[in-house]
Amino acid sequence: MQFSEQPDTASVIEHPIECEAPNDQISNESLIGSNIKYLIVGLLFGIVFVKAEIISWYRIQEMFRLHAFHMYGVIGTAVVVGTISVWAIKKFHIKTIQGETVIFHKKTFQWGNVIGGTIFGLGWAITGACPGPLFAQIGSGFLVVIIILLSAIAGTWMYGLLQRKLPH
Amino acid sequence: MLDTLQQPWPWYVAGILIGLTVPTLLLLGNKHFGISSSLRHICAACLPSKIPFFQYDWRKEIWNLYFVGGVLLGGVIASQLLSNPDPVIVSEATIADLHALNIETDHQLMPSSIFNIDNIFTLKGLIFFVVGGFMVGFGTRYAGGCTSGHSIMGLSNLQWPSLVATCCFMAGGFIMVHVIFPWLFTIL
Repeated sequence: MQFSEQPDTASVIEHPIECEAPNDQISNESLIGSNIKYLIVGLLFGIVFVKAEIISWYRIQEMFRLHAFHMYGVIGTAVVVGTISVWAIKKFHIKTIQGETVIFHKKTFQWGNVIGGTIFGLGWAITGACPGPLFAQIGSGFLVVIIILLSAIAGTWMYGLLQRKLPH
Repeated sequence: MLDTLQQPWPWYVAGILIGLTVPTLLLLGNKHFGISSSLRHICAACLPSKIPFFQYDWRKEIWNLYFVGGVLLGGVIASQLLSNPDPVIVSEATIADLHALNIETDHQLMPSSIFNIDNIFTLKGLIFFVVGGFMVGFGTRYAGGCTSGHSIMGLSNLQWPSLVATCCFMAGGFIMVHVIFPWLFTIL
């Protein structure tokens, strides 16, 4: 769990336990004004998902059948670009646009990485979608995917319910 | 220009743009790329049910919901304005494998023989929509992330648990396609 002081309100920011996408911004954010930029980044990201056919069930089948390089190329290039970016941010101490230091988190191994990861992989091959493409598929008009999304939310909820009983 | 944008984008263009999402989110406001968290925030906002895992200030993480809202709108724009007029090309070998499993293929992004409203109340619908979706939501949360949080953000930050998770994602997919599918499609 991460705690950091919020100077103006003296309250603490508490991230969800083991959240892999935490918000580490210290300065205050308004509900719409500060967040609209993430909608725009998401929008561009969604266009890429559709146009590179990452949302295609067939592309995921090709990937798991080793019949096409496409998905490996996409993920591989993204990791290389991401790694160089993270390295550059650390090396040159690049600040956020609010002037804050970029915070990175260490991930600690837990058996959920293996068990949960395998369960997700099985589901990924069935649905042809990880959580991101689910949203882009719905936007593209595959409305039946709404059921998949609702099931995924139910799965997340079930994990929350059983969390303390599951091996980690 | 529009013509170029309408064609399927090559893997290196997509890879570079997706990779750039990592520094973009970090520099816009110390946000860590990870999409499956949005599912957790939806649970925390709508159905916390006194479960400790969902007791946190989801409003603090609301950027994540704006982001996935944007992804959905991006899907609308890409399919309405930038839609590829040509049929989707799938590798011959994959088509042959799918036909061997009696899966009807088409030239859309998702096979309408499976992802069809008419299949909702069938065994096929139960497995592909309900069970599949449940495994995606349960598995990503249990693993602590999905392809974005582990495979892209985690690997970019050189976190070895993310490498373990990524290998397990792939292993699960290979098992489903090569071991379970051949059996599954005999009963569907």
